[in-house]
Amino acid sequence: MKSKLLVTTGCVVALVAGTAAQQRALINGAGATFPNPIYSKWFDEYHKMHPDVAINYQSVGSGAGIRQITSQTVFFGATDGPMTSEQLLAAPGKIFHFPTVLGAVVPVYNIPNVRAELKFSGPLLADIFLGKVTKWNDPAIAKLNAGATLPATDITVVHRSDGSGTTYIWVDYLAKVSPEWKNKVGVGQSPNWPAGIGGKGNEGVSGLVTQTPGAIGYVELIYALQNKISYGPVQNMAGEFVKATVESVTAAAAEAVAKMPPDFRVSITNAPGKSAYPISSFTWLLLYENPKDKAQSKVMVDFMKWALGDGQKLAAGLGYAPLPDGVVKLELAQLAKVKVS
Amino acid sequence: MSRTTRRKMLSSAFVGFCALSVLLALVPLALVLFFVISQGIRAINLDFFTQMPKPVGEPGGGMANAIVGTLILAGLGSLLAVPIGVVSGIYMAEYAGTRIASLIRFAADTLNGVPSIVIGVFVYGIAVLPFKQFSAMAGAIALGVMMIPIIARTTEELLLLVPLTMREGALALGATRARAVFTVVLPATLPGIITGVVLALARIAGETAPLLFTALNNRFFSTSLRQPISSLTVQVYNYAQSPYDDWHRQAWAGALVLVTIVLLCSLMARLATYRLESMHRQ
Amino acid sequence: MPQTRTSGDLGFRIGTGLFGFVVIAIVGMIAFELTRQSLPTIQKFGLNFWRTQTWDPIAGQFGALPFIWGTLYSSILALAIAAPIALGIAVFIAELCPARIQRPLVFLTELLAAIPSIVYGLWGVFVLVPAVRALETSMPEVLRRLPIFSGPARGVGMLSAALILAIMVVPFTSSVAREVLKSVPNTQREGAYALGATRLEAIRAALFYARTGILGAVMLGFGRALGETMAVTMVIGNDPNVTASLFAPQYTMAAVLANEFSEAADPLHLSALVEIGLVLFTITLIVNLLSRLLIWSMARSARGPAVATATQAAAA
Repeated sequence: MKSKLLVTTGCVVALVAGTAAQQRALINGAGATFPNPIYSKWFDEYHKMHPDVAINYQSVGSGAGIRQITSQTVFFGATDGPMTSEQLLAAPGKIFHFPTVLGAVVPVYNIPNVRAELKFSGPLLADIFLGKVTKWNDPAIAKLNAGATLPATDITVVHRSDGSGTTYIWVDYLAKVSPEWKNKVGVGQSPNWPAGIGGKGNEGVSGLVTQTPGAIGYVELIYALQNKISYGPVQNMAGEFVKATVESVTAAAAEAVAKMPPDFRVSITNAPGKSAYPISSFTWLLLYENPKDKAQSKVMVDFMKWALGDGQKLAAGLGYAPLPDGVVKLELAQLAKVKVS
Repeated sequence: MSRTTRRKMLSSAFVGFCALSVLLALVPLALVLFFVISQGIRAINLDFFTQMPKPVGEPGGGMANAIVGTLILAGLGSLLAVPIGVVSGIYMAEYAGTRIASLIRFAADTLNGVPSIVIGVFVYGIAVLPFKQFSAMAGAIALGVMMIPIIARTTEELLLLVPLTMREGALALGATRARAVFTVVLPATLPGIITGVVLALARIAGETAPLLFTALNNRFFSTSLRQPISSLTVQVYNYAQSPYDDWHRQAWAGALVLVTIVLLCSLMARLATYRLESMHRQ
Repeated sequence: MPQTRTSGDLGFRIGTGLFGFVVIAIVGMIAFELTRQSLPTIQKFGLNFWRTQTWDPIAGQFGALPFIWGTLYSSILALAIAAPIALGIAVFIAELCPARIQRPLVFLTELLAAIPSIVYGLWGVFVLVPAVRALETSMPEVLRRLPIFSGPARGVGMLSAALILAIMVVPFTSSVAREVLKSVPNTQREGAYALGATRLEAIRAALFYARTGILGAVMLGFGRALGETMAVTMVIGNDPNVTASLFAPQYTMAAVLANEFSEAADPLHLSALVEIGLVLFTITLIVNLLSRLLIWSMARSARGPAVATATQAAAA
């Protein structure tokens, strides 16, 4: 009897104390793992500046982000694969896409005893992920990497087990460089993978790659950097082997800036330009034009203004490229359309 | 070799196999406990119990919100499950043999066997979607639903064990059924019922799957019932799959705390059961 | 028990009955909700849902065969490993060991059941998977050519999943089997000893007597393995694949639910996942029902309803 009483009293006390302290606003969002490092930094910084506001972002995958905002179980979503027209139509209200940063998806690999940086081409990556190239010493890999001693280890493909915008960026690129991939698998957030094992989130894929000798996967750049996983340069449309850096990602966005569609849904994979990194992408935050909770809307709009301004300065430190000024101007115009009252 | 010798040898071999089985079962137990303790101890410090999670990639931080979250979810789940479970158990014991009691028993056993992930899917449909909100309440409902059958069956068992004389004595003195049960029979079985609750708590404290779609998770300290809430299990799950060493360490620490909670509950329940058994054997 | 019908008693009966009814209602609601939300795919694919191998959310093709395969394969394999061990433990504790260490041993085996699934998953990822990978890599070439051992050695895959499931199932089966054995009347054993039986032969007589209950205990473990989610999804590789190879990554029904449910934006995808949940619910329902019937019938014939309920409690 005593223990039950104790537990109940404890809970009641916690609840009362909690609700008393709970005068701050809590805004829930969910979505991509791709921008999770920068978003969690942003929300943390914003919370420090505005202690009465807490923005709770859960990185459950782009697919989950889209579903949750469509069913309105969260206030905002986040995705690296823009919503399709069908998905937008299915939502109960108009949803705006707001690009927040530019990022890169890199091929990460873990080959025992190989320290050298391996070069990849689009068609080669497609063949590996199609399951056609199965060993690290395959001639297709050796051709691009003359001079590197490649072992006869089996290649273990690691992909995402959850619906992912990072996946969307990756397969969007593969479909552009490999007609076979385009026909056989297609482009989407949850493709029917021809080969490999699945990890949950960018975190899961990095974890699996670091733990599995002979593995190759794809993750957002920061996960490769923070985890010190080897990643290689990829051949771009101009034929140059370019490694993902803030500069090469910015170069990829250069052409898109001029031709930005009004709803900001644009793909910049396989971009032209000598110094462009071919697997770059915008990542978007999703907000309703006319949400029910205007107080939360006001907070989010204020947050977005900060993120598009001062927040961009934090991007490079985490391996993301800041948005071009032209894009920010267009976004602020769209932000003004979000109803806050 | 005579037949007798061969039979004896087979018998010894069999005994050996049984003893070996016990060892085989204890080996993974020792391994798991060893790893959880050795890895978890390193990351257990005051920070772990008092700090919130830090942004992705930054070292430090803790799981204070997750610990509180687990306690809240378990407490709330009990508030839901104990009344329903105990009173159902009372019905099953008092009216044992009726069709309805058998039906309730069947439902309780079925509920017990439903995989926790299916319960998560179900509670998402009835408690998250209609309110368009992930919430601690939904998480507590999911856990509570899982606790009900354990509490109900334990209550039923214990009530059936109470000697007929007690019940009849009360009834002979003119008490109504309700009075007899609530003032005489139930108090006698209270320690056992608490044991059942503790057992149910041990069962759900380690559950992750049903919370994934109901309580979601929360980076911040939150005790609001209508908001997502953090929990040890989901946090350990998220951290375990990450590539960050610091998060792995914290995941082990979280696992250690979880295992400690569950083992303490199991130990308490078992000791209480022994006492009850020895009491009833007189 | 004589039933004095007063209005107070009727109120008590109805009052408590209502609470009991809640339990029934919950089960009914689960079945109803699962069916209702999976209607789109039931109508679209019908029985083909169970026969097709392609799980392609982009193309809108949903075939659940790989998940059913993965669930059944992993559970049956786990059972094959766990059942002999669990029975050995049950026999040891119930029949062979000195009374002094009986209680501690019971406690230790139940500790196995108490460890949360996520902790097993964590241990699996960091300890079991590398060990299994080392085992797979060191397997001689001649064995590697067999289909059951074919494929690259990754560590994550069916073998790791089956091993972890086996560890998790052992305590359930052994505790129920132990209770079942305890309910076997001593006369069975004494009769055997009187006829000059060895330890093994006497125990065999008891086991034979308890055979339906033991089968029930094994099936209960099977039911548990079918629904296990977290530990499995962290070590099985999460790749829908119908293959006999132990090294290959595969996928179970519970695992795909955990991974894909929160994000299925397309209504058909969602419906397909819920249908998988419905199937999981139905299979575990049938397995659990059968196992309880077996245990109950055996225990009842042995000693009577009181023991039957005690054994049921052990299975709860």
